[in-house]
Amino acid sequence: MKHLLSAADLSRDDALAVLDTAEELAQLAERPIKKLPTLRGRTVVNLFFEDSTRTRISFEAAAKRLSADVINFSAKGSSLSKGESLKDTALTLEAMGADAVVVRHPASGAPHRLAVSGWIRGSVVNAGDGTHEHPTQALLDAYTLRRRLGSLEGRRVAVVGDVLHSRVARSNVLLLHTLGVEVTLVAPPTLLPVGIEAWPCATSLDLDAVLPKSDAVMMLRVQRERMNASYFPSAREYTRRYGLDGWRLAALPDHAVVMHPGPMNRGLEISAVAADSARSTIVEQVSNGVSVRMAVLYLLLAGEEAA
Amino acid sequence: MTGTWLLRGVRPLGGDPTDVLLRDGRIAETGSRRNDTSGAQVLDGDGLVALPGLVDLHTHLREPGREDAETVASGSLAAALGGYTAVHAMANTDPVADTAGVVEQVWRLGREAGHVDVRPVGAVTAGLGGQRLAELGAMAESAAAVRVFSDDGRCVSDAVVMRRALEYVKAFDGVIAQHAQEPRLTEDAQMNEGVLSGVLGLRGWPAVAEEAIIARDVLLAAHVGSRLHVCHVSTAGSVDILRWAKAKGCDVTAEVTPHHLLLTDELAATYDPVYKVNPPLRTAEDVEALRAALADGTIDAVATDHAPHPVEDKETEWAAAAFGMLGLETALPVVIAAMVETGLLDWSGVADRMSTRPARIGRVAGQGRGLEPGAPANVTLVDAAARITVDPTGLASLSSNTPYVGRALPGRVVATFLRGRATVLDGKQA
Repeated sequence: MKHLLSAADLSRDDALAVLDTAEELAQLAERPIKKLPTLRGRTVVNLFFEDSTRTRISFEAAAKRLSADVINFSAKGSSLSKGESLKDTALTLEAMGADAVVVRHPASGAPHRLAVSGWIRGSVVNAGDGTHEHPTQALLDAYTLRRRLGSLEGRRVAVVGDVLHSRVARSNVLLLHTLGVEVTLVAPPTLLPVGIEAWPCATSLDLDAVLPKSDAVMMLRVQRERMNASYFPSAREYTRRYGLDGWRLAALPDHAVVMHPGPMNRGLEISAVAADSARSTIVEQVSNGVSVRMAVLYLLLAGEEAA
Repeated sequence: MTGTWLLRGVRPLGGDPTDVLLRDGRIAETGSRRNDTSGAQVLDGDGLVALPGLVDLHTHLREPGREDAETVASGSLAAALGGYTAVHAMANTDPVADTAGVVEQVWRLGREAGHVDVRPVGAVTAGLGGQRLAELGAMAESAAAVRVFSDDGRCVSDAVVMRRALEYVKAFDGVIAQHAQEPRLTEDAQMNEGVLSGVLGLRGWPAVAEEAIIARDVLLAAHVGSRLHVCHVSTAGSVDILRWAKAKGCDVTAEVTPHHLLLTDELAATYDPVYKVNPPLRTAEDVEALRAALADGTIDAVATDHAPHPVEDKETEWAAAAFGMLGLETALPVVIAAMVETGLLDWSGVADRMSTRPARIGRVAGQGRGLEPGAPANVTLVDAAARITVDPTGLASLSSNTPYVGRALPGRVVATFLRGRATVLDGKQA
């Protein structure tokens, strides 16, 4: 595998290889010196056209623990806002000798453009593109689920919230389906994309009907700007119908876990009770993110030399 | 290259081979095996299909303002090479073609270039602002004699402004050519709204945003007894509305682009902005409906929506790229592939949809008059058996944003005659 652009790029074996590699690399975090020499001399560029401190530092920590040189390139003010074009930024990185480019971009498909354009030779890792995908988030979610639940095949996961604008939801549906998980998307009808019946998942408009049958519930962040665009009448109504409050938390089976990709709107899509409960994997997801991103960089870059 | 031409052995509208004599700007005679060739230049047209010169209702020549993308001279040469003898130049230039001065400038540049008749389209509203009518009468009475008015690129979405425009142009037999796109339903829209837009995370441009405007406009046109033309129809639902409106007797005409007859939204999965166009590429079912509608006459005309853009406006991420694709030099091959090779349209049908009807809709004098003796000698000769492979560097257009790169398409334009003068010979500028 040369690039990671979409969760759909991963076969079941590819995905399991990432998760298994992440398990091995996670043991490193328990050692006093959290570093492997694997990617020494390789350069990983974090190219962020959109602010996302948590994703950037997660990739940065992952690359550094593998001894790669890390360059952080914050390029807010892309061609969308009349700055330097994506092409010129890419050519600059190529001239600097980037082995891998981790790209976050507000435009769907921008990592795809970078990967197929011929502007750069290195591997491209999609760290979130517009409303398209965020495949490493799905990998870390699958990793977290497997650790908590023991297995993935046949498990039921509810993904709740703004599916329409969520790259996390798209990548999770694709990856979890590949791994044998039954995904149900739950959202108000305004926040489900047209054509969703073709996705490899179920959908529901009724959170209360779905929760008792779920092994995990993944709450999606509600963007503030959706409130003024008639997707739902008010924040309070959203919370009443689709928020994970204490009552709904209690409706989950005993073994079920609560996930959120962060950053959370406490009191909107998730209550403090749910976020801070023992079922919550939210902090684990962050530390697992580093292990999974190490695995991705390792498999993309270390594998390249062998080939 | 002016003077008398004898086109030997050509097949008018794909019929039996005959000779066609062009003299004094008119088709002088047709008939078999003339031996007297004195004074005439002879073109051995053995087996070439002869069509009346093609007429395009919808091109963007970009001049004035974006001469880096196209000029009247380069775009009209591209048109001639594509078999056209007349094109309508859209009004969304900079400055906008909303005054007699600008339309006369475009018209004059077209005359000076001399490749085709350039018919400027006037803006419906001042500055394409959608608020206030442009001086439609002044443009109609100018030397450019504008008859087609359009805010193309933007929809005349205000129902009152649209109504007034439809009414007003009756005074000079004009027509409003509507770019049907409900603006609120298509804010920041990037591609056809459907399964694929959801998967790709690209904001959807729903079919209903086109259909709702067409439905409103046919009702408005019927109410005020005006003529309406619908630009670049792209959905099966629009076809249904047009069919209904025509059955009710509304004076409505419509056009479809070559790309909407051949390409589908699946191409957006490449995220390559060469496939980004407005209205967007639709589904295979829409393509089928559009072909059927063009075949049965519900859609009257093929119009290119030739939309040149410089490389830097396409070599970007999808959302940042400009909408539009080239069309003039590939329109006829695409129509042959989509309509002729599929058996949906014969050559006289092609002539009707690409010459006769568009000329009638645009009220273009001296164009679209067929190949009978006495008609103006606007003739296109096509080698229907040849296939072309589209090379973006070999186009006459200043831009290269063709979606057909590397594609083999049927039919090659061999020669074009404008009022008896060869503008294209052997597939090259004459």
